[in-house]
Amino acid sequence: MSSPTLHRRAVLKTAFAKRGDALAVSGLGSATWDLASLGDRADNFYLWGAMGNAAMIGLGLAIAQPERRVVVVTGDGEMLMGLTAMTTIGARRPANLAICVLDNERYTETGRQPTATGMGTDLAAVAAACGFPKTALIRGEAEIGTLGALLFEAAGPIMAVVKVVDEDLPMAVPPRDGGYLKTRFRIGLLGETAATLP
Amino acid sequence: MPTDTDEHWSAAAHRHLKTAGVRQVGYVPDAGLSQLIERCREDNAIEAVMCATEEEAVGLAAGAWLGGQKAAVLMQSSGVGNTINAIASLTSSAKFPLFVIVTMRGQWGEGNPWQVPMGQAVAPTLQAVGVKTYAAETAEDVGAKIEAGLRMAFSSEQAIAVLVGQRVIGSKVWVVDAAAAEETGQ
Repeated sequence: MSSPTLHRRAVLKTAFAKRGDALAVSGLGSATWDLASLGDRADNFYLWGAMGNAAMIGLGLAIAQPERRVVVVTGDGEMLMGLTAMTTIGARRPANLAICVLDNERYTETGRQPTATGMGTDLAAVAAACGFPKTALIRGEAEIGTLGALLFEAAGPIMAVVKVVDEDLPMAVPPRDGGYLKTRFRIGLLGETAATLP
Repeated sequence: MPTDTDEHWSAAAHRHLKTAGVRQVGYVPDAGLSQLIERCREDNAIEAVMCATEEEAVGLAAGAWLGGQKAAVLMQSSGVGNTINAIASLTSSAKFPLFVIVTMRGQWGEGNPWQVPMGQAVAPTLQAVGVKTYAAETAEDVGAKIEAGLRMAFSSEQAIAVLVGQRVIGSKVWVVDAAAAEETGQ
């Protein structure tokens, strides 16, 4: 297999041009920096921890907000740690949930150690085997144009895996106070009264 | 133990979940939870989400709260070990409310030694990551603690676990073979 040529932040920026009012959750580490690099928003919920749980947070949110699109952006290491979530999401099949894995085949934050996605695990194939109706493994520039429609329009659950270059990027650091991120997200979505007087 | 005329604790538990406005229930099955899970699955106002491992349900509950819904998490005591990092790293770090019902093993009359270490570790490990635990040892107590725990979880945004004692659920009796079962009247 040829080396990846796609750059994670450029890919995400192109795809997120179609975002509209979609809600976004990012997995810890690189995916959180990537989402923040597009500009901080109240309807981004960035994870700074909880490795392996990004997809399930997306599921709970997608069930609670069936009229809104929910997009989870995460990395290969984070998705591998929460692989069982694919069986749960595949069984429940929320039409409004999409997961985008930016797959550099590395545990980037801990020293770029290799992950299983470079040694045989195909996360898109795993999702398909779990019952996701639409999955994609994107390697080339030509397919990038389809990613936005997959993440924000196609009937889900969607698993879009993008093979990206293993590169050293500056951290784009969003707020890190989890309580603030949570309350800001809820106020933006539900309004101040509903968000603060449950 | 409830008799035929008593209401099973799961009826009160389900009623309290509804009164509190719980809309999602993430669970991993347990024999002790089977009636409550069934009540939740049959309830059209509750989305019951079967999870493959208990930490998934912690994430589900946080996502539900982000989206404006209250969620409850149901698991057996052995599943508590699977949730610790998710609770510490997500629930406690971002101060999410969390309401968990744990059906206990390894705690009262346990017949399987492999259940004992985790059963005994449930309360201290949950407490170590910021969860307040309410141990319930009678059917009436289960209902009262679930009602109080739900209010505390969602009105005061706390992480609460109600530990339903093995004495309430009934210990599993281990039978070696049919002949032995006849002799002991099991």
